[in-house]
Amino acid sequence: MALSQAEVLVGIKEIVEEVAGIPAASVEMDKNFTDDLDVDSLSMVEVVVAAEERFGIKIPDDQVSELATVGDAVNFIVKVSA
Amino acid sequence: MIKVRTGTFSRILSVGAYQPSRLVLNSEIVDRIDSSDEWIRQRTGIESRRYAGEDESILDMAEAACRQAVERANLSMSDIDTVILATISFPDQTPSAATALIARLGNPKAAAFDISAACAGFCYGVGMASDFIRSGTSRHVLVVGVEKLSDFTDPDDRATAFIFADGAGAVVIGPSEEPEIGPTVWGSDADSRDAILMEPSWREIGSGASDANWPTLTQQGQTVFRWAVFSVSKVGKEILEASGVTADQLDAFIPHQANVRIIESMAREIGIPEKVFIAEDIRTAGNTSAASIPLAMASLLEEHPQLHGGLALLIGYDAGLVYAGQVVKLPPAPFKALA
Repeated sequence: MALSQAEVLVGIKEIVEEVAGIPAASVEMDKNFTDDLDVDSLSMVEVVVAAEERFGIKIPDDQVSELATVGDAVNFIVKVSA
Repeated sequence: MIKVRTGTFSRILSVGAYQPSRLVLNSEIVDRIDSSDEWIRQRTGIESRRYAGEDESILDMAEAACRQAVERANLSMSDIDTVILATISFPDQTPSAATALIARLGNPKAAAFDISAACAGFCYGVGMASDFIRSGTSRHVLVVGVEKLSDFTDPDDRATAFIFADGAGAVVIGPSEEPEIGPTVWGSDADSRDAILMEPSWREIGSGASDANWPTLTQQGQTVFRWAVFSVSKVGKEILEASGVTADQLDAFIPHQANVRIIESMAREIGIPEKVFIAEDIRTAGNTSAASIPLAMASLLEEHPQLHGGLALLIGYDAGLVYAGQVVKLPPAPFKALA
């Protein structure tokens, strides 16, 4: 069953807070992982792996660099869960 | 009926190390890659590394580490019947670096060969050495990991210029009344061979297919990080299970020194308790591939002498992608002759 954008965003907020110590409230759709949230490339891998486990999806390595903003990640996860 | 030999249990008798002379700080590297000391420390934990000088070759470094290991085992070089040398940076195709090494060590009759298993090479060698002793093929084996990766580092590559370094570490593995080296767990994930490459190949250089005249190392950092932290950590748990050892029985965790972030995440994934000493030699030694585990072992024992004889989990992983590891009892404090 496809996941909703809202429920994926809630999950990503929790994951980013846990992995990178960024308060969930500041993790919004238009935030850039690197520039706004200071999530570097290695922390991004941890975010991706945690998201895969939480949502039961796969995010290929070559896709990770395409996920610049929180919205990119949320929309990608919603799309592949459909 | 063919007659066969049987051996004994095996153990690590000693460890020797050689760090080359040239100290290279991050400040020496950052300008060419538009980076900073802080960025490198944050991403990798590396504060400094060692590069071999022009007068320090692969063989010079390997010889020094081996001589120290043999001396610390209180053996003569002639007691060594087998030499296994792990490297990816000896540029001569054949004869092997191992045979050049035994000639220098004054032990030219020993069995000797090189293995190419990148940063897992040392653990591949420990596994083979232990099995050679268990089967009676060998009695005292020198396993040396040595690299001069500065020769294969592109100083303009923003992804790797600050990672790689040079050095050598060696152990002597010999007979034991008790098992002091556990089973080796090893394997590959060769579908990801492209994640770490030395390129172009000599063939491409020789044929003119590449403009380069010398290969350099490249790596896909995110792919390697993900594989190391989330796949190799499972191997770590398998190694413990195969040895019948639990994480809280360990005294030390000595993984390949690829990146402090990998080391810390791997320790968390495996469930290494806080009381266990974790080798983070990479901070001042960089990533020395096949040499990193014995170098880290030597410096950990020097810093914390109480770890001599303690239980350690070793795990190597890298280009291939390949991995290997085992639980070992760390060598006893070196024999000291009376003055």
